[in-house]
Amino acid sequence: MTRPHILLAATAGLLSATALCAADTVSMDDPNIAVGYEEDGRYYTEDGVPTFNVAEDGTVDWPTFSGFRRYHAECHVCHGPDGEGSTYAPALKKSALTMDYYDFVDVVTNGRQKVGAAENSVMPAFGTNPNVMCYLDDIYTYLKAHGSEAIGRGRPAKKEAKSDVFSENENACMGS
Amino acid sequence: MKRLTLMTSGVALFAASMAMANDDLMAQMDNASQWAIQTGDYSNQRYSELDKINKDNVGDLQVAWTFSTGVLRGHEGSPLVVGDTMFVHTPFPNIVYALDLNEQGKIKWRYEPKQDPNVIPVMCCDTVNRGVAYADGKIFLHQADTKVVALDAETGEVLWEVMNGDASKGETNTATVLPVKDKVIVGISGGEFGVRGHVTAYNMETGEQEWRAYSMGPDSDILMDPENTTHLGKPVGADSGTNTWEGDQWMIGGGTTWGWYSYDPEADLIYYGTGNPSTWNPAQRPGDNRWSMTVMARDPDDGMAKWVYQMTPHDEWDFDGVNEMILTDQEMDGEMRKLLTHFDRNGLAYTLDRISGELLVAEKYDPAVNWTTGVDMDPESETFGRPAVVAEYSTEQNGEDVNSTGICPAALGTKDQQPASFSPKTGLFYVPTNHVCMDYEPFRVSYTAGQPYVGATLAMYPAPDSHGGMGNFIAWDNLAGEIKWSIPEQFSVWSGALATAGDVVFYGTLEGYLKAVDSETGDELYKFKTPSGIIGNVMTYEHDGKQYIGILSGVGGWAGIGLAAGLTNPNDGLGAVGGYSALSDYTALGGQLTVFALPD
Repeated sequence: MTRPHILLAATAGLLSATALCAADTVSMDDPNIAVGYEEDGRYYTEDGVPTFNVAEDGTVDWPTFSGFRRYHAECHVCHGPDGEGSTYAPALKKSALTMDYYDFVDVVTNGRQKVGAAENSVMPAFGTNPNVMCYLDDIYTYLKAHGSEAIGRGRPAKKEAKSDVFSENENACMGS
Repeated sequence: MKRLTLMTSGVALFAASMAMANDDLMAQMDNASQWAIQTGDYSNQRYSELDKINKDNVGDLQVAWTFSTGVLRGHEGSPLVVGDTMFVHTPFPNIVYALDLNEQGKIKWRYEPKQDPNVIPVMCCDTVNRGVAYADGKIFLHQADTKVVALDAETGEVLWEVMNGDASKGETNTATVLPVKDKVIVGISGGEFGVRGHVTAYNMETGEQEWRAYSMGPDSDILMDPENTTHLGKPVGADSGTNTWEGDQWMIGGGTTWGWYSYDPEADLIYYGTGNPSTWNPAQRPGDNRWSMTVMARDPDDGMAKWVYQMTPHDEWDFDGVNEMILTDQEMDGEMRKLLTHFDRNGLAYTLDRISGELLVAEKYDPAVNWTTGVDMDPESETFGRPAVVAEYSTEQNGEDVNSTGICPAALGTKDQQPASFSPKTGLFYVPTNHVCMDYEPFRVSYTAGQPYVGATLAMYPAPDSHGGMGNFIAWDNLAGEIKWSIPEQFSVWSGALATAGDVVFYGTLEGYLKAVDSETGDELYKFKTPSGIIGNVMTYEHDGKQYIGILSGVGGWAGIGLAAGLTNPNDGLGAVGGYSALSDYTALGGQLTVFALPD
């Protein structure tokens, strides 16, 4: 079960890494990034994977903005500001590009451990944490947006309004 | 075999404890050739009488020997030296080494606990540990998973162990412990996981729990006497640990106790501070949230609080009050006073009477501090002792889902746990500081046991309109409430300072420099770049008539998280410099002890 996952992730990683080498920035036409369709304020690729949308004037979609906020509450204390990495935890802005979306979800939900002589790296399982799970796609698209340099470091200056459907889903998920 | 050892040392110690069990530690601390406690002494002065290394010769300092800890990640605290043995600790997995100073640091014994790695991600902000403590022939280790272990200082054998908390609920430990009399006093971490903070005393011989004092909750939990425990000179009254909270929020109220502890043997009081109330979203916890953010003075025998002082009622910025309480006897207005000086995360330096808890001085120790205009010092006033909050920087008044910008200091405080030192020769305090500001946006969060419970997003950046660096190393006059001199540093100074009778003050920097400065002027006298960034504390000892300076390198901690990739100011316009220096351009992980001496 774990092994095929690792292989998949590795392949995806290599592909994206090659793409990254070719040009310094990631192409917005990358099928893992390019917007295929929009639904209630959230953007998806043709394959139905959540992605970001940044308008020409820099306005980001609401879920990506929400991801910026939630990232800096839940993930920042290990992975550093803006997904740039810390002295010990990886830069997630890169992971969001090199990891398959479903693997990303799997690691956040179930955690993973790399513990050995040289490494004491443990990602906790956030599966029971509504503050993370209710905003997982938001955090993912935020990291993807920053990793591909569609948005810079820091707080996005302009954002789309929060959609009613987003609010409804949020309230249902957070139980408020 | 184990039992036998236990019994023998039990007998030997019984005799000692008949006198007063802390006599041994007091004698060890009085011997200036040793470094018998993390804080230098019970007063937390971090001052040494040793003066062979002094301001005239410190420039000739050389590396005498080094020791790799075998562990990466953030190395806080320092080694101890007792007799001919040096005790070195590491971050998780919390290895303890006993090094024989007569045999060039040969390893006499090592102890490596078995801990569930699941504790690692529950520790907010790296897997640091601030070191072991010594008393009565024992070494006390408080592990990441909150297990307190007593080891035989000669052999490393486990004498007893006890679990202080539950890591699956987010209770962890990063702090050292304080041996006092026949007890070991220990704290707890986990304010970002909704842990209700407490301080616990264990019997030094048996590990049995003697008392526990929570930071909030019913009077029987917080060990306060409504009549006799005072806050700014007045009785705290009944239910003071619940009546400034709404509903049951106090049960996940934070106020954790992970700082440095001090002890006044004459007054027989221990001193420590409590951390932020949880969550970071102030709207979710109306009220003053007592007794988070509080200086505590307690009786070590039964834990009862004598006096308390809440510095930041209803915290809105994560300004934990855990920083060390430095005890000094100084002349103030022509009168000798028993003082307590505390450099709080909130950017204010407090001087109090440590017997009565009277507030004497409260002044900003970084001019950048802007969230308050100052503390009301009028005892007749209704708001006596409270900081006046500037509305613009109040994340409570601005409300949920609003980004409050330009707040100084940032959540990591004008100073975090990195301890200051005091020189009785100069009467000055030497303080490692952060010079960082922030934007802070609180929002609603829900609580799940063992999961982060934060509720705010924040962005940090170097203090605007200043020297561009993220730290200062300052000399502070605690009577006048004034900065005497200030050395700008590129990064936050995250290393504990050491002052000596040689008129030198030492500190480490995040790039990895050990620096020595003149205690009068702040002039730099020496620097050496160690293998990794320094977040440990400088210590000194003498062996075979030679003085040594020791420092742990190993970048990490909160500083390693925030500064690794550098900080940017989101409020800077397009024309401004886009980013500031990244710590990762200067240093990488690695735990090492570097010991310095003068050439023969």
